[in-house]
Amino acid sequence: MTAEAPPRRPAPAAAKARRIWALIRKEGRQVVRDPSSFAIGVVLPVMLILLFGFGLSLDVKNVPIAVVIEAPSSQASEIAASFQLSPYFETHVTASMADAQALVLSNRVDGIVLLQSDFARRAAGGDASVQLVVNGIDGNTARIIEAYAEAAIAQSGVRVAAEGQADPAGAGGQAVVESQLWFNSANDSRYFLVPGLIVLIITLIGAFMTSMVVAREWERGTFEALFVTPVRTDEILVSKIVPYFLLGMGGLVLCIVSARFLFDVPLRGSLLALMGVSMLYLLVSVATGLLISSTLKSQFLASQVTLVATFMPALMLSGFIYDLRSVPLAIQLVSYLVPARYYVSLLQTMFLAGDVWGVIWPNAAILALVAVVMLALTRHATRKTLG
Amino acid sequence: MIASLLRVLALIRKELLAVLKDARTRNMLLLQPVLQCLLFGYAATLDLNNVPYAALDRDRSTASSALLAKLDGSGVFHRVANLTDAADMRRLIDSQQVLVVVQIDPNFQSQLSRGEAAAVQVIADGRNSNTAGAAVGYVGAAVDAFNADWRSDHGLPEPAIQLAPRAWYNANLETRWNLIPALIGTITLMSTMMLAALSVAREREEGTFDQLLVTPFTPVEIMAGKAIPAMLIGVVQATNALLVAQFWFRIPFAGNYVTLYIGLILFLLAAVGIGLFVSSIAATMQQAMLYAFVAIMPFALLSGLTTPISSMPPLVQDFTLINPLRYAIDLAHRVYLEGAGLGQLVPDLWPMAIIATVTLGAAAWMFRNRLE
Repeated sequence: MTAEAPPRRPAPAAAKARRIWALIRKEGRQVVRDPSSFAIGVVLPVMLILLFGFGLSLDVKNVPIAVVIEAPSSQASEIAASFQLSPYFETHVTASMADAQALVLSNRVDGIVLLQSDFARRAAGGDASVQLVVNGIDGNTARIIEAYAEAAIAQSGVRVAAEGQADPAGAGGQAVVESQLWFNSANDSRYFLVPGLIVLIITLIGAFMTSMVVAREWERGTFEALFVTPVRTDEILVSKIVPYFLLGMGGLVLCIVSARFLFDVPLRGSLLALMGVSMLYLLVSVATGLLISSTLKSQFLASQVTLVATFMPALMLSGFIYDLRSVPLAIQLVSYLVPARYYVSLLQTMFLAGDVWGVIWPNAAILALVAVVMLALTRHATRKTLG
Repeated sequence: MIASLLRVLALIRKELLAVLKDARTRNMLLLQPVLQCLLFGYAATLDLNNVPYAALDRDRSTASSALLAKLDGSGVFHRVANLTDAADMRRLIDSQQVLVVVQIDPNFQSQLSRGEAAAVQVIADGRNSNTAGAAVGYVGAAVDAFNADWRSDHGLPEPAIQLAPRAWYNANLETRWNLIPALIGTITLMSTMMLAALSVAREREEGTFDQLLVTPFTPVEIMAGKAIPAMLIGVVQATNALLVAQFWFRIPFAGNYVTLYIGLILFLLAAVGIGLFVSSIAATMQQAMLYAFVAIMPFALLSGLTTPISSMPPLVQDFTLINPLRYAIDLAHRVYLEGAGLGQLVPDLWPMAIIATVTLGAAAWMFRNRLE
């Protein structure tokens, strides 16, 4: 295109800037006027922020369980009481295992605590057991129920020992775990949800929305129409990147403000560094969206591929929820290709630990590299179609 | 009646051709469930099997070595450093070289011998508090094992009351057994809602919707012609996911296939109903897709797939009552793992039927009002 350019072109730099500005304005107006852009750019982030902040919790409480007391005794009521008083359980007391099983089958309770008829006699002999049956479908919840039950029984066991046979020699002499959670001493699950939330929102605005908008231009033929105008490929790309980049920055600011003031998640690193690495990730996302849409040129395909290639990995393979050290090697290797992985690591560190440059530099450098590669690929994919 | 049926069949055929004639779209729709099941099945586990840790053993006694040996032998932890100075702790955790540091005080063994409680300090990197909590739990299990050994070596009695836990339906508490059946509903929801939402929007954007209106089709026939192809694709996707669950991950199927598919069809009706309703509001394909996506997010997050519904605040729990995915996931779990029959599933079936009736009715009303 440049080779055949007319020799007497007035002030090329100014003309270039004017062309880009006109395209950005057109794109910006399209974003502002389409109600679906508002839905994905504003409604969805706000909804996700509220859901992650107030709706979702991995903590287990008010778990419905059945307590079966086959033969009433003071020891059995002691154990039953420790479950009834616990905030983690909602107990239904029954007299037979059959009743409790019926409750499990009708999905009314998630577990059964069984105190057999010989419980009191065996407890006096120091050899009693409490049977616990949990519905194992939700393995995570089941494991937490087991841990709580263990604690409830240990507590009542201490009381029984103190009141009953009084054997001080047998009570002590054990190692006890004292745990400290650095960076999140209150064990607030929002502390780990918020960084993940930011990754998801930036991925959605950056990649999902951009890919659909550009794929639509391809489908309608307006992208090819742009090629016959004096506008260059680079200028088109800049004009497509800028509006969605700004929209993404808006989403980011919304997230940081709500993290800080709505959820009281501390920001221990510097805000400037956080914005810097977020811009890098946003650039990666927008470039990925452009690349996918320029390659596929179909809205439905672009949206599905963007979801599978960017959103799902950001959720599953970024280390946001699941620990990447424990997944199989093949999945670990794949996760190194997921840009969200580096961004999650940066966010978790910058929000909760502070400016640990040993973590920030390498991760930010990788994100910058990915951004350059993605932009180059996008440029290539868009240019090729000119020929 | 027969003429109407033939017309709908023709429309279904045309719709399936429109979606499936493109090889890329066809592959995408059929392979996506398989890919997602594999990805989730392998990646989504809260169980840990590789926790790097550092030991700060200030006691250097037989007891403290025995405790650390328990950790090393657990198959979960591997020791990357033996610290002598507490100041090194910060550096290792900050740079994410270790997830936990286990610190043992100088008088650990003497306290144990005197019959006192001896503290084992566990410092965990709380940046992902979920993983950190799980790691502390694994340390606790190793310490319990150490205590049991210590008691038997020193002739101390066992605690008077012990817990004998057992899990029904998923004896080893595998995350995968919970997740993969739940994905059958989640994956099909995403595709069928999108397909249904797009089907009408595409015709509108391409201008063929007006052509459809001058044909002898009634609005109900048009709707049936749009709903059934999306449902057929959903059934095929669900079957693919089911095949991966049974033949790749070998999760035993306890229930009855007929029951599962009856529930699935009701669920797909509800999903398609929501998709068509979205389609009736949207003016373009892009709008239809974005609206559908905005609806899918809360459905997926508030379904019990990732976090338990019983832990949500009451108001949010009420919202989940209109979420078809909530019932589909419960139904899939109960048929697949518990082997529940139709009679036990009534509490899941009727809400999906109501959601389907309301959304399909609303979509039909919207179409008729837009047509005239």
